[in-house]
Amino acid sequence: MSGGVSSRGQSATNAGHAAPAFLADALRIARKDLLIEFRTRSAFMAATVFAVLSVVIFRFTWDPTAIPAFDLAPGVLWVIFTFSGLLGLNRSFGLELSERAYDGLLASQVSRESIFVGKVLANLAFVAGVQALTLPAVALFFDLHVGAAWGVLIGIVLCASLGLAAVGTLFAAIASNTRLAELLLPMMTLPFFVPLVIPAAQTSAYILRGQPLEDAMPWFKLLVAFDLVFVTACIVVFPYTIEE
Amino acid sequence: MATSAATINAPGKLPEAKPIDGFLALSLVAVLAVCVRAIWFTPVDAMLGAAQKIFYMHVPAAIMGLYVACGLLAISSILYLWLKDDRLDRLAEASAEVGLLFMGIVLATGPVWARTSWGTWWVWEARITSTLFLWLLVLGYLVLRGAVESPENRARLSAVMGSLAALLVPFIHLTVRLFRGMHPGPVVLKPEKPSLPPEMLATFLMSMGAFALLFFALLRVRMRWAALRDARAAMEAA
Amino acid sequence: MPIPPETGATGVATAVATGAATLTPSLAVEAEGLVRAFGGKRAVDGVSLTLAEGDCLALFGPNGAGKTTLLRLLGGLLKPTKGTTRLHGVPLPGPAETRRLVGLISHHSMLYPALSVRENVRFAAECQGVLEADEATTAVLGRLRVLDRANQPVRFLSRGLQQRVSIARALVHGPRLVLLDEPYTGLDEVGALAFTDALRELKAGGATLVLVTHNLVEGIALATRAVIMRGGRFVYDEHTPHGGFDLPEFQARYRALVHEGLA
Repeated sequence: MSGGVSSRGQSATNAGHAAPAFLADALRIARKDLLIEFRTRSAFMAATVFAVLSVVIFRFTWDPTAIPAFDLAPGVLWVIFTFSGLLGLNRSFGLELSERAYDGLLASQVSRESIFVGKVLANLAFVAGVQALTLPAVALFFDLHVGAAWGVLIGIVLCASLGLAAVGTLFAAIASNTRLAELLLPMMTLPFFVPLVIPAAQTSAYILRGQPLEDAMPWFKLLVAFDLVFVTACIVVFPYTIEE
Repeated sequence: MATSAATINAPGKLPEAKPIDGFLALSLVAVLAVCVRAIWFTPVDAMLGAAQKIFYMHVPAAIMGLYVACGLLAISSILYLWLKDDRLDRLAEASAEVGLLFMGIVLATGPVWARTSWGTWWVWEARITSTLFLWLLVLGYLVLRGAVESPENRARLSAVMGSLAALLVPFIHLTVRLFRGMHPGPVVLKPEKPSLPPEMLATFLMSMGAFALLFFALLRVRMRWAALRDARAAMEAA
Repeated sequence: MPIPPETGATGVATAVATGAATLTPSLAVEAEGLVRAFGGKRAVDGVSLTLAEGDCLALFGPNGAGKTTLLRLLGGLLKPTKGTTRLHGVPLPGPAETRRLVGLISHHSMLYPALSVRENVRFAAECQGVLEADEATTAVLGRLRVLDRANQPVRFLSRGLQQRVSIARALVHGPRLVLLDEPYTGLDEVGALAFTDALRELKAGGATLVLVTHNLVEGIALATRAVIMRGGRFVYDEHTPHGGFDLPEFQARYRALVHEGLA
C-alpha cells in the first residue's frame, strides 16, 4: 500500500508550493480549532452548564418586587458572558500544547498574525455560540420584552465578543507559557474586560428599559473604540509572545 | 546580523549590596518629618476636620503611584520590546512593585477619609475606582512575572502585558468617568485645590517632595536588588 | 532568494530528489560563529559547520550541552545572538516562506489528538502551502504505511504509529532540511528500526538531517558526521562521508568525553 509513483501523483510533484495567504491560513486555523472543540465539546459543555446554572441561581435569588428585571438582567448576562468566555479561552492554546502541535504550526510558513487571527475567530465563534444560548435563556427566565431591540442587542454582543476574543486570545497565549495558566488568565484579563463589559452592560440596560438609543451612544462608541484599538494592538503584539 | 537577545552582565558592573541605603534612609526621615508637620504643625481644615490631613499622604501617593509608576511601567515595557535591554525589564519590575505599594497607600487612606467624611467606607468615585482597577492590573502583571520560569521569557511576556496595559489606562479612565457622570457622588473630591492657605500648601508641597524621594529611593533599591538577583542566576546557570 | 519549486511528496525519496537538481550550491547548511545566549548563559558558544546534501549530522552530549538549541538555530526556529546560518544559501531565520524548507520531528508527536491521521497531515500540508494537499497526504501516509488508519483519531494510535504519523506530518511538504529532536524517545525496538529505515530513505533522496539523540546505536548507524557537544561547543567531531562509524570505539570516546568531566 505504498504511495508509489502514479501519473496523478507525478503531477503533484511538479506543482510547486503556494505562498502563505493570510486569510486562508487564518480561516484554516479557525476551522481546525472549532473542529477540535466540536469533537471534544469539553469547553462548550462547561460554558453552557455554567451559563444555565448562573441564570437559574440569579433567577431564584431575585426578588421581582425589589428590583425590576431590566435592572438585574444586564448584570447577569454580562457576568455569564465574561466567565464562560474565559472557560473557552483557556483551551484555545491548551489544545496546541498537549502534544506540542504549536511547535509544528510555528515551524510552518503561516504568519504569526494569521495564527492569532485564526484563533481569535475560533474564540469569537465560541463566545458568540454560548451567548446565542444565554441570551434567550435570560430573556425567558426574566420575562424580558426586548421586541424590536433584538437586533441592537445582538450587535452589542458581537462587538463585545470581538473585544473579549482578541484580548483573551492574546493573554491565553501568554498564560500558556506559565505554570498557573488557568488561574493567571482571569487575573490578567479582568481589568482589560472592564472597558468592555461595563459599556456593554450599560447599553443593554438602556435597551431593556426602553430608553432612547441616543442616550447610550457614548457607551457604544467606547465599546467600538475599544475593539478597534485592542484588536489592532493585539495583532501587532502577538508575535512577541513567541520565543525566537 | 541578529540583535542580542539578552545582555550579559560583566562582573565589573555588579552593583554593591549595601546593608543600609543612605538615600532610602534619608527619604524615610523626610516622610516621617512631613507626617509630624502635617499632624502637629499644620492648621486643621475648618470644614473637613482633622481627617482631612490624610490628604497630605493620599494625594502624593496617588500622583507617584498612578502617574509616575504606571507611566514608567508602560514606557519601559514598550521600550523593552523594541530594544531588548535587561535594564528596562528591571525598571518595569521595580516600578510595578513600588507602584503597587503606593497605590495600596491610596486605597488604604481613601476609605479612611471617606468613612470620617461621609460615613461610608467606599465611594464609587472616579479616581479611587480607577486606582482600584489599576492596582488589580499591576497585581496581575506581578503575578504573571512570578509565574514565568525562564528570565528571558519573563521579560518578554511581561513587556507584552505592560504595553497593552499602557493602552488600557485611558479606557479605564473614560469608562469610570462616564459611569460617574451618571451617578454623581455625595461630595466632589477636589484634592488639588490651588486655593490652599499658605501653611497647608507648604505642607502639601513638602509631602509631595518627601514621597517623590521615597518613591525613587525604593525604585533604586528594588532595581539594584533585581540586578543582583539576575547576576547571581546567570552565574549559577553558567 | 531562490526557493526551488517544491514537491508534494509522492514518495519521500523521489520528491526530495526531484527538487535537488535545481538547487544552487552543494552546501546545504552553512553556519558561522553561532552563539545563542539565554539570560547570561550561552547555550551555544561559537559553533561553525557546513553540511552537504544527504549528510546526517548526529549531535550527542549530556543534557544542557546545547544540542537542541543548535538544532533549532540551524533550522531557523531560533534567532542567534551572534553569528549566521544559511540553508541552501538562504539566511535563516528568513521570511515566512523559508520555513517550508525545514521539517521538524521531535519526541512530542506535534499532532492534534482529537483529529484523524489524515486531518492532521493534511492540515500540515496546507499550512506549508502544498498544492493538491489531499494527494500529497495520501501519498506520504502510504509511504509510511499508516494509510489504513487514515481516518482514526490520533489519540487511538500507539506511540510508534503516532511517531510515524508525526514523520508524515513533517515530510509531506518535501523539506530540504529535517530536524530530529530525540525522536527515538519512547519507541520500542521495532519502532526504532522502522524509524531508522525511514530516515535512510530520506537521506538517499538528498535531504540533510540533523539528529539530536541519546541513542548512540541508532544515531551512529545513520550519521555521516558525529559530534559530541559539551557546554555549547563541539568537543569531538568526526566526519565519515559514507557512514560506517565504529560503534564500540565511539561509545568509549563518548564515555570518556562526557562522563569524565562530570565525575
